[in-house]
Amino acid sequence: MPDTLLFAMEATLNGLTAGVMYALVALGFVLIFKASGIFNFAQGVLALFAALTLVGFQSGQIPFSHLINAMFGTRLHHFGWNMPTLLAIPATIAVMILLAILIERYILKHLVNQEPIILFMATIGLAYFLEGFGDIMWGAEVKALDVGLPKGMSGAVDDMTFAWFGYGFYIDRLELWAAGIAAILVASLTIFSQYTKQGRALRAVADDHQAALSVGISLRFIWVLTWSIAGIVALVAGIMWGSKSGVQFSLSLIALKALPVLILGGFTSIPGAIVGGLIIGVGEKLFDFFMQPVIGGATENWFAYMLALVFLLFRPQGLFGERIIERV
Amino acid sequence: MSGQGGAMRDTGTDEGYTTADGRKIGGVAMEMRNITLRFGGVVAIKDISFDIRWGEIRAIIGPNGAGKSSMLNVISGFYHPQEGEVLYKGKRRPKMRPYQVARMGIARTFQNIALFEGMSVLDNIMTGRLHHMKANLLQQALWWGRASREEAENRTQVEKIIDFLEIQHIRKTPVARLPYGLKKRVELARALAAEPAILLLDEPMAGMNVEEKEDMSRFILDVNDEFGTTTVLIEHDMGVVMDLSDRVVVMDYGRKIGDGTPDEVRSNDEVIKAYLGVAHE
Amino acid sequence: MLYREAGDFKTSYGADNQTFPIRFDRYGYYFVLGFAFLVVPLFINDYWANSIVVPFLIYTIAALGLNILIGYCGQLSLGTGAFMAVGAYGSYKLMTAFPDLNIVFVIILAGFVTAGVGVLFGLPSLRIKGFYLAVATLAAQFFLIWLFTRQPWFYNYSPTGMISAPTREVFGVAVTGPRASAVAMYMICLCFLVSLAWLARNLTRGMLGRQWMAIRDMDIAAEIIGVNPLMAKLTAFAVSSFFVGISGALLFTVYLGAAEAGEAFGIDKSFLVLFMVIIGGLGSIFGAFAGAAFLIVGPVMLKLLLVNTLGWPTDLAAHLEIMIIGALIIVFLIVEPHGIAALWRTIKEKLRLWPFPY
Repeated sequence: MPDTLLFAMEATLNGLTAGVMYALVALGFVLIFKASGIFNFAQGVLALFAALTLVGFQSGQIPFSHLINAMFGTRLHHFGWNMPTLLAIPATIAVMILLAILIERYILKHLVNQEPIILFMATIGLAYFLEGFGDIMWGAEVKALDVGLPKGMSGAVDDMTFAWFGYGFYIDRLELWAAGIAAILVASLTIFSQYTKQGRALRAVADDHQAALSVGISLRFIWVLTWSIAGIVALVAGIMWGSKSGVQFSLSLIALKALPVLILGGFTSIPGAIVGGLIIGVGEKLFDFFMQPVIGGATENWFAYMLALVFLLFRPQGLFGERIIERV
Repeated sequence: MSGQGGAMRDTGTDEGYTTADGRKIGGVAMEMRNITLRFGGVVAIKDISFDIRWGEIRAIIGPNGAGKSSMLNVISGFYHPQEGEVLYKGKRRPKMRPYQVARMGIARTFQNIALFEGMSVLDNIMTGRLHHMKANLLQQALWWGRASREEAENRTQVEKIIDFLEIQHIRKTPVARLPYGLKKRVELARALAAEPAILLLDEPMAGMNVEEKEDMSRFILDVNDEFGTTTVLIEHDMGVVMDLSDRVVVMDYGRKIGDGTPDEVRSNDEVIKAYLGVAHE
Repeated sequence: MLYREAGDFKTSYGADNQTFPIRFDRYGYYFVLGFAFLVVPLFINDYWANSIVVPFLIYTIAALGLNILIGYCGQLSLGTGAFMAVGAYGSYKLMTAFPDLNIVFVIILAGFVTAGVGVLFGLPSLRIKGFYLAVATLAAQFFLIWLFTRQPWFYNYSPTGMISAPTREVFGVAVTGPRASAVAMYMICLCFLVSLAWLARNLTRGMLGRQWMAIRDMDIAAEIIGVNPLMAKLTAFAVSSFFVGISGALLFTVYLGAAEAGEAFGIDKSFLVLFMVIIGGLGSIFGAFAGAAFLIVGPVMLKLLLVNTLGWPTDLAAHLEIMIIGALIIVFLIVEPHGIAALWRTIKEKLRLWPFPY
């Protein structure tokens, strides 16, 4: 087998695993968009914030220590103990739920019935706020995140592909785990929305706010619920990205790539988010692989957006979205 | 304003007729030939033909879901029928974008008021004058030559319509602050400002009280009288339709079941069965 | 008492339609203009010019441009940073290719180049709306910045990857490069701003402005009454990008002097200008001024207070700053979606009747 093909295959595999990561973030977008019609720009920062909080809990950081130090001249930094991961994760989930409640109470409640574009801009504001807030709470330096997931090259894949092609593919074990966890997440979300009472209420709200209200579904509860779930999905995404490349600001920028993923997959489709994520992941790796000699590297920066742009021109409703009929 | 409409009246193919109250109705202005419109599998309009004559008030009536609004959308070029053709001034109208149709002298109002909420009443009506203003980007940017002159000239025209519809007092009010009835009137003003050859009114009296309906009827008749504007209207209120219009098309389930003067339609068996029979007459 | 319209009758539609229909406003406007052109140049020094005044003037131009696109035409763009970069790199290429070309023309030409690029990326707006369009403009943001940092032709193969502005003069006075004085920098930016604000005002009060607003308020209805949506949207993109491009060109040539695309024109610039528009007031010329002033002066004041007075670390102050900005965006969107401009209007409405409100 020619080397180029092998390298391309490896790039494809790497793209698939990266795509899973994109899909994880995109999933959070889809959840919120389905339930409230809000295009949540802050989802990426939510992932960053969740990861920061998790690391903070794990390492026993004192929240707002920089701020307190600056205000009172103290020298606080750590409590001096480490929280076990199994405790830190539920604690972070609790923080994310609290955040969801606060967001609902102080932002969403006041923006009911506003145009989508206003809500969108409000989530940009929220993204800024959370970014600053997270930095003040936990500090802005790059942090390593380790929740005990295996890392490094997957020997099994290496051996297997070596046996097949005479060339071992490099796949990070972490990414295999990410794929597995994403699958579980999607499955449980699907079960939740199809078979539970809250899930049904959620779908009803997604369909028609007014109608859902009139049959006695509490909109506010549903919003808190979806933002909580989105927060938890963000935590999962944050753990995955954070374990891979450290918890830092760029995490929220990578998460921005979930936007083109959504354009491809359609904003309301969970399978769409997954497929879109994979297409983008594979597409950008292959594009970079083949085009690097011609136009230079780092095309990952824009490939996803350009693909989405071209795609939008031909199929504005996304791969799995429904056709829009305009009315007067 | 009447000059434009008058000149166009000659292009019809036949003589026309004289109404009961003595108004002369001209030749055919627009003709629908075997129009069929589908949305996916749903047939909204099925093989409908009728014509609109210069100077007349033509009504399209029918129960909910009969396809009246779809018909109006076909006339205004917003929907493109799968079958059939629209003839305008005797010539087949090619498939075109709605703004091009507007440019041919067809203006309309909407069932659910479609005013520009962020703009004042005056600006809303001024948008109707779009095709009467020709200043280019540079002239507008420098507010020079044609741009400022046209602005003043067209403002004069708009003020005439404002006077005519008696909305001087709300000229500079943001549209969003107006009550429903006045919004309907502003929308009519915007359509009139275009000096249309054909005016399409989509349920101009929906949701109005008796007094507002009377006002609106008077305006529609006055417009027709004063400017000779050909008017096509969709309406639910049977009484109003029969009083206002010269000829009526009756639709039901996307089909045409009657066409003629109000009296003819009233005595049409199929119409009575489908529509009037249920109404409280 | 002074601020009133009673007795101030208009005898022509032209007079009724002017920018400042109330006499007091008109005099206020002349006063501000006079102050800006005659008084400020006497007192301006390097500190004021560099920290507040010049960035304020330049960002106001960008905010005017973005406001035309978002506030008047309703098309959300997150690519402002990249379009500023087009202006900057356009002016750089023009300055180095035609050293004899006057800097004023260079900057205007850079604006036209940006307008062209803006139209190109505005084309999708015909088919896609709202945040879909926002994503499309993100494509512009990331692609253009990549182009300027990775393709050496754009930075004339300079080893650092930076572009730097050579000295250029207007009427024998250096306005770019290290020799440029605070007054010269201030005056060239002020002249550009005043002319562009005047153009923006003319465009938005005329037929083009009405077409833009019609598209913004209800695009389908606008098309049915005769607005050509493609033309309206593309002119908005062109005019908006023209403004943004000039702002980027000024930022690079006059203010920064040297720049690298990724650092100077990243996505945070797109957001900064967007926030200026939101806080200042969507769909208002005055709003662009107010928003730019707020977001230029605010951080400077905050830094003065926290870092210089209280002695906090700089990074902490910076984090607090973005947190406050984010919170302000949300507060404005909830309480007053039309920003400072609307607050100002409310005050004026009250003033009109003061002191006898009934």
